[in-house]
Amino acid sequence: MTELAILWSILLAQVMLALAMGLALYRMVKGPRAQDRILGLDTLYINAMLMLVAFGIRTANTVYFETALIVAVIGFVSSIALAKFLMRGEVIE
Amino acid sequence: MSHLTDLPSWAAILVCALLLLGAAMTLIGSLGLIRLPSFYDRLHAPTITTSGGTLLVCLASILCFAILQSRWIFHELLIIFFITATTPVMLMLLGQAALYRDRLEKPRDVPQKPVPLSMADSQ
Amino acid sequence: MRAWFPYPLLSTALLGIWLLLNQSVAPGTLLVGLVLSTVLAWVAVKLQPKRSHLNRLRTIAGFVLLVAVDILRSNIAVAGIILRSRGQAVRSGFVSVDCDLQDENALAVLACILTATPGTAWLEYDSRQKKLLVHLLDLEDEPAWRRTLERYEASLKEIFQ
Repeated sequence: MTELAILWSILLAQVMLALAMGLALYRMVKGPRAQDRILGLDTLYINAMLMLVAFGIRTANTVYFETALIVAVIGFVSSIALAKFLMRGEVIE
Repeated sequence: MSHLTDLPSWAAILVCALLLLGAAMTLIGSLGLIRLPSFYDRLHAPTITTSGGTLLVCLASILCFAILQSRWIFHELLIIFFITATTPVMLMLLGQAALYRDRLEKPRDVPQKPVPLSMADSQ
Repeated sequence: MRAWFPYPLLSTALLGIWLLLNQSVAPGTLLVGLVLSTVLAWVAVKLQPKRSHLNRLRTIAGFVLLVAVDILRSNIAVAGIILRSRGQAVRSGFVSVDCDLQDENALAVLACILTATPGTAWLEYDSRQKKLLVHLLDLEDEPAWRRTLERYEASLKEIFQ
């Protein structure tokens, strides 16, 4: 009984996270200007990281948590690089 | 599903509640990304995802595996540490970049850079 | 001792993160971690960060608690704003505040706290006129927010004096 409840709530949480990823993806594809797209990408990778943590709770596999850690660090670096490009790219123009 | 059956029922309820609450916070943050009208408003939305959502989901995981004692919980602690340390830096830089671009392209909508005192005197 | 370990706090934190990432205290891991943390602290000397001294552990603990409660409260407030924002427009806007923190590290901490709190976003700091430009999601809260900022400033001045 408990097992069934926890499985269903993990599934529900994953559906919510997937929906959140879809919303962030929508903002990234549509977003009127470049800064909106970067903000969407940033939210997208954080949502993806949380999704990996949810998978980790479900399977108790350490690989998911390591992947989530790597996604968190690499996403930060890429967002910083993109935001820096927004400032520098305009200076050169 | 061997490991989840070992959870006592009070812990299972707590883990479920934390996980669902965290996922709901994440969803609200991403919803704000869609609903809020201007870019500077949208800049506030991801902070809900990072502060509320990440913390709650990672707490659920910490609680689950601390009770089961099947693996170490340091990964979640590191995830919380990295996310809380990095997101403000990223959002600050993005806000500055957006402000810089808006000042060049549509100067009416955003506050201008304050004039330095020495220049204001000479004018 | 100071020449070998210019930033003891940074070295210890790096070593701690390295050991947590590897999840072992085997001699090899420990050795690599020690070498890494020492060498990276020398790299940090080249960056020439401003030194500041932390004092009053009790004040720091109280400040962290205060910030955590504020972040929790504004999480709920901003979630409410987003959920209700379908019909009416959000009253948001830019606010310019005076802020006379001297220490660079204290300013950095204040910037991170303000940005990590939902509802406020740090945009710019003019160090000559000591003006701070912030974007607020809910302008109705502005007087309360100014009081909070003053409290943060006072605590940070006490911690980084």
